Amino acid sequence: MGIAVRNLSKRFGNFHAVDDVSFEVPSGELVALLGPSGSGKSTILRIIAGLEPADGGSVELTGEDATNLPVQSRGVGFVFQHYALFRHMTIRQNIAFGLEIQKLPKPEVRVRVDELLELVQLGGYAGRYPSQLSGGQRQRVALARALAPRPKVLLLDEPFGALDSKVREELRTWLRKLHDEVHVTSLFVTHDQQEAFEVSDQVVVLNRGKVEQMGPPQLLYEKPATAFVTQFLGSVNILRVETVLGMDQDDERPLPLELPGTDGPVLVYVRPHDLDVMKIRNGRPAWPARIGKLTPLGGTVRLELTLHDGTSLLVELTRERALELNLHRGEDVFVSPKDMKVFHESKAFVENYVI
Amino acid sequence: MAEPTISSPSAPPSGLILRSLTLGYLGLMVVLPLVALTIQAAEPGAGAFWEQLTNPFALHALRLTFITAFAMVIVNIVTGTATAWVLVRYRFPGKGLVNALIDMPFAVPTVVAGLMLVVLFGPSSTLGAILGKYGWGVIYHKPGVILALLFVTYPFVIRSVQPVLLEMDAAEEEAAATLGAGSWTIFRRVTLPTLWPSILTGAALSFSRALGEFGSVAMVAGNHPLETKTAPLYIFGEIESENRHGAMVVSVVLLACSLLILIFLNVLQKRGGRAHVH
Repeated sequence: MGIAVRNLSKRFGNFHAVDDVSFEVPSGELVALLGPSGSGKSTILRIIAGLEPADGGSVELTGEDATNLPVQSRGVGFVFQHYALFRHMTIRQNIAFGLEIQKLPKPEVRVRVDELLELVQLGGYAGRYPSQLSGGQRQRVALARALAPRPKVLLLDEPFGALDSKVREELRTWLRKLHDEVHVTSLFVTHDQQEAFEVSDQVVVLNRGKVEQMGPPQLLYEKPATAFVTQFLGSVNILRVETVLGMDQDDERPLPLELPGTDGPVLVYVRPHDLDVMKIRNGRPAWPARIGKLTPLGGTVRLELTLHDGTSLLVELTRERALELNLHRGEDVFVSPKDMKVFHESKAFVENYVI
Repeated sequence: MAEPTISSPSAPPSGLILRSLTLGYLGLMVVLPLVALTIQAAEPGAGAFWEQLTNPFALHALRLTFITAFAMVIVNIVTGTATAWVLVRYRFPGKGLVNALIDMPFAVPTVVAGLMLVVLFGPSSTLGAILGKYGWGVIYHKPGVILALLFVTYPFVIRSVQPVLLEMDAAEEEAAATLGAGSWTIFRRVTLPTLWPSILTGAALSFSRALGEFGSVAMVAGNHPLETKTAPLYIFGEIESENRHGAMVVSVVLLACSLLILIFLNVLQKRGGRAHVH
């Protein structure tokens, strides 16, 4: 196992930043810690690195207990959001720093630094200072510096957070490719769902210092374990159960939704692309609705609908489907769910209904 | 140094008058006295200048001034950096009060500062008597001069290092730690290089201040030519004994040093400005 974290907890005053968190990162994988700000993801990363002491729990790095090791002996590479390059050192000196600490002979340091400069595609920049590089280049230097001493694990704290969106996307793809070459166990923190899904093998979703769910991106999206995960990963319509039960139903196709008991509130989640729009009824359970707004988004078209009971609904149709329907603003249509997820607050699990 | 100029389209036409007035004022207040002194000091010729400069009393006064100022700077670099470090990196009760207290030496009249030292360390004080017993004379001896200089220049290094430390990104030090560096290595290789320009600035400012310090030094040095008479005291003494030329020659030397320090500070600021661009 690359990284194993068990029952980690950390308080800042009364605030429970990390609350009994356990997860494992398999060797050689790239895993994302995903969560909104304040979910404890950066704190977890800093605890793993040894930059922050935990109040309880244990950290294992490559099978060895590291809970009580000082940061210097943990063998982690850490990449900071704002690069944290040594500004008075050249790029070469920055990358060589960790190797010099290890007292590697000079010629070997030279060879290794050249190797890393090549890896991060900054061969011609060895003699420059960090202030002479762009943000994306600086973060690549930071990565090279972290990788130089061959760390057991690589930890990245919002590594693309300070970059503009275009550079961000380039660097993401590049990081994924780099990881496929280097294969060092990596854990990276992000609040950006798309980033987590694009880059990582597995995602750990955090909320209020607790792990909500861990799994490959596809699994999280299709089988979210909690209401939070459903809501956090992509946009979703949250409907009251009364709205759902109030759907017009043709007799031949009853709604396969079991009436919930009286225990606690029930919410129904439907993703915008799990809704279909029809001009005439076709026998499927559907709500009559009016089109409020049409927004073409390239490959898809987004519709804002209003149901008769006032509920507003976001629908995403493919461009072809929208063209085929030839929809207009203010038009009355029927909207029908293809898939919905029902969360009973009193139960821990999710019921999934495919209609 | 090229200062930035901001030209605004709304600048009034009277800008020319304003410019002449302010520049004229600068000339009157700063340049004219400087030039007057230098010319008068040089007027009797190089031979006379040299004679006044190599007079053993003048030479001793200058040497003493530089030696004591230098000793003070070394102490200030260490204690000033350490104090700034403690103020920025640690939390302790009464920190606000301590922070305010640091500027006290700037507020205290320098003669009063000197008197405080005389009261504390003078031969008739308890502490002075004990030290004197072991042959450690402070007041009316060189250590007294250094002590007075240390007191009046106390805030310089602290106040120039403190903001840099405050502004410093802790992540650089953390990055060094994850790369295996121990705390001393981190300080030496990461923190100190970032602080150096500000330490040197504080040191240069206090050095320049020490060259001209009169009031406090006059109190603690007494009147011992060839023993505790620093250059400013010498200048004053020569004027009293109507050797105006001797006073001017030593003054010109002090002036030249101040000018060099000013240039040094400018260069430092320029280089620092470059290194700190993000």
